[in-house]
Amino acid sequence: MPKVKMPRKSTTVDMTAMCDVAFLLLTFFMLATKFKPEEPVTVTTPSSISEIPLPDADIMLITVDPKGRIFFSIDNKNMRKDLIDNIDDYKKLGLTQQEKLSFAIGSSVGVPFSQLKSYLDMDPDQQKTVNNTTPGIPADTSVTNENNELAAWIRVARNTNPKLRICIKADGNASYPEIKKVISTLEGWKIFKFNLITGLKGVPPGTAAYTMKQNATGNKVQ
Amino acid sequence: MAEMDTSSQGGHKKGPGVKKGKKQSTRVDLTPMVDLGFLLITFFMFTTTLSKPKTMQINMPYKDENIKEDEQTKLKASQSMTVLLSKSHRIYYYQGIGDDPTKPPELKVTYFKQKDGIRDAIIAKLKDVEALKAQGVLQPKDQAAILIKPDTNSTYSDLVNMLDEMSINDVKVYAIVDISQVDRDFITATEQANVGAQ
Repeated sequence: MPKVKMPRKSTTVDMTAMCDVAFLLLTFFMLATKFKPEEPVTVTTPSSISEIPLPDADIMLITVDPKGRIFFSIDNKNMRKDLIDNIDDYKKLGLTQQEKLSFAIGSSVGVPFSQLKSYLDMDPDQQKTVNNTTPGIPADTSVTNENNELAAWIRVARNTNPKLRICIKADGNASYPEIKKVISTLEGWKIFKFNLITGLKGVPPGTAAYTMKQNATGNKVQ
Repeated sequence: MAEMDTSSQGGHKKGPGVKKGKKQSTRVDLTPMVDLGFLLITFFMFTTTLSKPKTMQINMPYKDENIKEDEQTKLKASQSMTVLLSKSHRIYYYQGIGDDPTKPPELKVTYFKQKDGIRDAIIAKLKDVEALKAQGVLQPKDQAAILIKPDTNSTYSDLVNMLDEMSINDVKVYAIVDISQVDRDFITATEQANVGAQ
């Protein structure tokens, strides 16, 4: 032991500042973000300059994955409950209450009607595995085709909730004929107005849209 | 190191005769709290989306079997341009609507790119139509129209990019039309001609 004790300085760092930062960021993330909706498949949408936000409620979402498989969903748990009741009546699937509940709380479905009962019977983990291999909802360019199950889904969903806005979320690599099936089906039901979900990209300078945007922001400042 | 010396402020005098005891710091160790904070941040970063997805509104032309021939709007060849979306993001375009297979239009090939891409072709077309309007060849209400015909081997991103070009260049009249066999023949003919030229 040395005779002279050196004044010992604590090695602890003041954490207050760091704690402030951490909670500031936490608050930011909590307020500025919303939870990701559960998706059956990963879809990378192409980007556009359009800035129209996705409506909050009454959405019918048709997802098309890179392989062209079609998944269908609507928002709002109560609406989903009504939808599956109507689908059950319409297609005579003989679903149990348990299976209907599974649909109401689940995410998008992408199985043909023939497999829907067994699909809804599974637990969520099994459903995820099935989503990787399922052929998707069968669709066709003609709405009158018996095999166009997407047409049946859209029709029943629109009867359940007439206010539904149709959104198509398709992967950039999905081939055009698959998209055409979806668009033709919508056209077959006389739906000519729908939304394509896209990412956001900047407006290229020097173009007509860029000038319009500049004018719009310029007017706001004045 | 960064801990401040608090001994001069904190603590109480225990009275006379009592030796100065070690003063307890009033500071709380915030490390676990910071840990918790960052853990929650990480959780929120992974489970939430920052931006709401944007959508692109699209109106398809109204299709009805009952529409009579004379009620349909006919496009003039001079106001329209046809864009064929083909394989590997290739774009073929020509002036007019290509309804006459005996007189094949001159197909030009391009891509989605910043310079000399499809955008320049669209801007040129818009200017042409304005010029024709000034000359009185076209009616003042006529507008440049672009027909988008995606081939079966094109992808969804091609379509969205093309629709995006429409809004970027402020094209008012455009439509997504089914590709015809005539148009496919145009593409094959052009491809063969290009191979022959090389």
